[in-house]
Amino acid sequence: MSKAFVFPDFYIAQPELILLGLACAVMLFDLYVRDARRSLTYALAQFALLGSALSVLNVLTGTMGDLAYTFNGLYVADVMGHILKLFACVTLSVVLIYSRTYLADRGLLKGEFLSLLLFALLGMFILISANSFLTIYLGLELLSLSLYAMVALNRDSALSTEAAMKYFVLGALASGLLLYGMSMIYGATGSLMLTEISRALSQGAADRTVVVFGLVFLVSGLAFKLGVVPFHMWIPDVYHGAPTAVTLVIGSAPKLAAFAMAMRLLVNGLLELAVDWQQMLIILAVLSMAIGNIAAIAQTNLKRMFAYSTISHMGFMLLGLLTGVVQGNWLNAADAYSAAMFYAIVYVFMSLGAFGTLLYLSRAGFECEHLDDLRGLNRKSPWTAFIAMLLMFSMAGVPPTAGFYAKFLVLSSTVAAGQLWLAVLAVIFSLIGAFYYLRIVKLMYFDEPLSGRDVAVSISGNSDMRLMYSVNGLALLALGLLPQPLMALCFIAIKSL
Amino acid sequence: MSSYPLLSLSIWTPIVAGLLVLATGDDRQALLARRLALLGALLGFVVTLPLYTGFDRASAAMQFVEQALWIPHFNVYYHLGVDGIAMPFILLNSFITVIVVLAGWTVIENRVALYFAAFLFLSGIMNGVFAAQDSLLFYVFFEATLIPMFIIVGVWGGPNRVYAALKFFLYTLMGSLFMLVALLYLYDHSGGSFAMADWKALPLGLEAQQWLFFAFLAAFAVKVPMWPVHTWLPDAHVEAPTGGSVVLAAIMLKLGAYGFLRFSLPVLPDASRNLAWLMIALSLVAVVYIGFVALVQLDMKKLIAYSSISHMGFVTLGFFIFNAYGVEGALIQMISHGFISAAMFLCVGVMYDRMHSRMIADYGGVVHRMPKFAAFMMLFSMANCGLPATSGFVGEFMVIMGAMQVSFWIAFLAASTLILGAAYTLWMYKRVIFGPIANDHVAALTDVNAREIVILSVLALAVLVLGVYPLPLSEIMHASVNELLRHVALSKF
Repeated sequence: MSKAFVFPDFYIAQPELILLGLACAVMLFDLYVRDARRSLTYALAQFALLGSALSVLNVLTGTMGDLAYTFNGLYVADVMGHILKLFACVTLSVVLIYSRTYLADRGLLKGEFLSLLLFALLGMFILISANSFLTIYLGLELLSLSLYAMVALNRDSALSTEAAMKYFVLGALASGLLLYGMSMIYGATGSLMLTEISRALSQGAADRTVVVFGLVFLVSGLAFKLGVVPFHMWIPDVYHGAPTAVTLVIGSAPKLAAFAMAMRLLVNGLLELAVDWQQMLIILAVLSMAIGNIAAIAQTNLKRMFAYSTISHMGFMLLGLLTGVVQGNWLNAADAYSAAMFYAIVYVFMSLGAFGTLLYLSRAGFECEHLDDLRGLNRKSPWTAFIAMLLMFSMAGVPPTAGFYAKFLVLSSTVAAGQLWLAVLAVIFSLIGAFYYLRIVKLMYFDEPLSGRDVAVSISGNSDMRLMYSVNGLALLALGLLPQPLMALCFIAIKSL
Repeated sequence: MSSYPLLSLSIWTPIVAGLLVLATGDDRQALLARRLALLGALLGFVVTLPLYTGFDRASAAMQFVEQALWIPHFNVYYHLGVDGIAMPFILLNSFITVIVVLAGWTVIENRVALYFAAFLFLSGIMNGVFAAQDSLLFYVFFEATLIPMFIIVGVWGGPNRVYAALKFFLYTLMGSLFMLVALLYLYDHSGGSFAMADWKALPLGLEAQQWLFFAFLAAFAVKVPMWPVHTWLPDAHVEAPTGGSVVLAAIMLKLGAYGFLRFSLPVLPDASRNLAWLMIALSLVAVVYIGFVALVQLDMKKLIAYSSISHMGFVTLGFFIFNAYGVEGALIQMISHGFISAAMFLCVGVMYDRMHSRMIADYGGVVHRMPKFAAFMMLFSMANCGLPATSGFVGEFMVIMGAMQVSFWIAFLAASTLILGAAYTLWMYKRVIFGPIANDHVAALTDVNAREIVILSVLALAVLVLGVYPLPLSEIMHASVNELLRHVALSKF
């Protein structure tokens, strides 16, 4: 029995195709550009991001937001995917603005960085639109391999090389776990397509033991990609070891892709097993919030501190994912999943700002990555300190900043799901977390600069970076004052599933 | 009734003024920053005056209501309104802001714009707390107060300011996060509404009410502060600059007490009645035990801080004896304490600016060098111990009367404050002001200048007027307090 070949509908997959073309163009173009004119490649990369964002918009308006499949159902286009892709483009564009000077000062602003960044984005796009285990794996590996290479970009640094090795080995292990879980589920349900798997599960056709067995591995692999405890070991080392610009890449847009991957696998594919995976996520979420927040207090290196903060934030986001289905009832689902999506998007903006601060304050021959490097920032540059303070309060979840609403939405769906004790735990851990964010405000505002390590004698960032940094911080404040648009957007996105 | 959005004006005028002050930049423009701040504070006070003149005293309903959809996704409204309970605090807050700006005029020389901007932000945000009729809006304002205060204590505070600022922030945040969970529970339980009015009518079982009561207690008890979660206050007060102490004592502590009246009593009446014994017990511990603690303090600011806790114990006591004397007395006590504690901290500030010491032992015989100042401080000290004809007397007397209706022993213990208060305040006054001139530093003191006289006179006037003729204040509260008490008496299940 063979199916007739159906010519795929390229129209709805055009963002990926255009991005692929542009990424190749950047790679080739860079071969013909001398170092002095590297900014041309940079401009082309920004153009590629713009182009792919526009084509996402084009598909969004063209399909009117309807669900559409192509490539024999391997690829799905829906509103959630479009929105996440748009945010990923915006995020990476900001990443480029932030890291340009930093990379140029260190001789890393090369075609490699830019084209790897675009290929990573392509991986995210594929992951976000995946409707089959195969496409998920394809997107994930494209994303991961690009990131491994980027971590090792600074070849002369032992720290970076070590981080890249660690990332690669552990990442490969996680991919293995994921594949193993996929194969179990494939064995039980007879399909790689998420929609088919979902149908098989709801008809009760699959052997439950095998499926749940596979699910454990699947969730483990997913937990690794999200970086939640106990699969978090790589995060601090990689965040610390990678050049700050690359840390910024790893800590931002891929979180959106990881969120999409969780949604595709767990909600699109395995919603029937919600009772099982929600239990697993509870453990992951509580452990992440606990270990992330407590370990962050002990860090003196800012990059490591933000790494642990990432872990705790991802744990918090999981709270949204695990409160969707209550006793087989899906009434809460759209609220809960859109809360998690809101959290992911807001977290990405906060993460951009946090690592952006470090990039902003670093300059040629000086890495801003120690707590003491922020001492007395308010004296040196009140505006920078103000924006950084907004970022820290947003991370801590203090109103009126966007971070508060992220926590608020997630807690709200946790309470609505009747998991009051989980909400109380989350609240206690975020209180612990507030301490180390406050410590940064304290360093910037209350302390005098150290004479030895004179930070930010002159802040090196160029004007577009300064502007972007201000926009970043103020956007979090604006979203805190008027959170409705983003909330509604996330809700529409989740409704479209 | 006025058609202007008066409550929005009272919130946003200071905040916009704060932004302008912040925009003046660094300390080279300090004078401009000061003038702008004073203008903003005065303007902020002026816009609140029509709230008093236009207030309908016969009505217990919310007045000057403004309502606009804010976050439709969660059915959250930008909903403002005041009743007789909230309105006086907005006036008090805006008034104290003017005082604080004047008090910091010459004392603050470092990061001037940031200092004044922080106070203006704080003023607007606290007006928001008192005016909010939507619980989430209330929470956002309630939490947002932490940020400026954190900066104020941490940047311009004393030697141990970092510890004090962090302790203040984390203590308060801990309390309010539990409140957030309670708010979300009520939101879920009420079928998706954050409106305080809806929650008032929401039926709730006793067990749920008690859990919620403790969650709200966590937030408000820390803020008031009640014994045993009061320990952040002495630290914060001692380290804060004078202006910070004034705002902290005069307004911020009232946010917690106000929360009891807005949430615990009307939304959880059964739990409030059931747990009243606990609240009364904690309040009496605060009044008596903290009174003794105040007695042994060596640091003037610490002494006044403990005296604040003791006085706030009176306030919570008045709320939880559930009669009109008690609640009205407690409200008047809150307003009066706003003036008196502000004045006491300013008095200490006046001396501190000259001597750079707050230790009682470093003073003695100040009256010989600062006779005018000694007279002012005499008045405020007397008011602090509740002397008749000062505002301190009215509230305490009413609460004791209310307590007497409930139980003689509660009234007896509460009344001990009249002795304890007099003991710690007057003993401090005696040691600092009277006696021979203690040392060369005291000998070099100069009396209060015109600016300080203006500040202290205004406060003295307020203390005396409220003490002699409290009717203009109490008549505003009558209707709202009676409505509240009627509501608390009804069971919710």
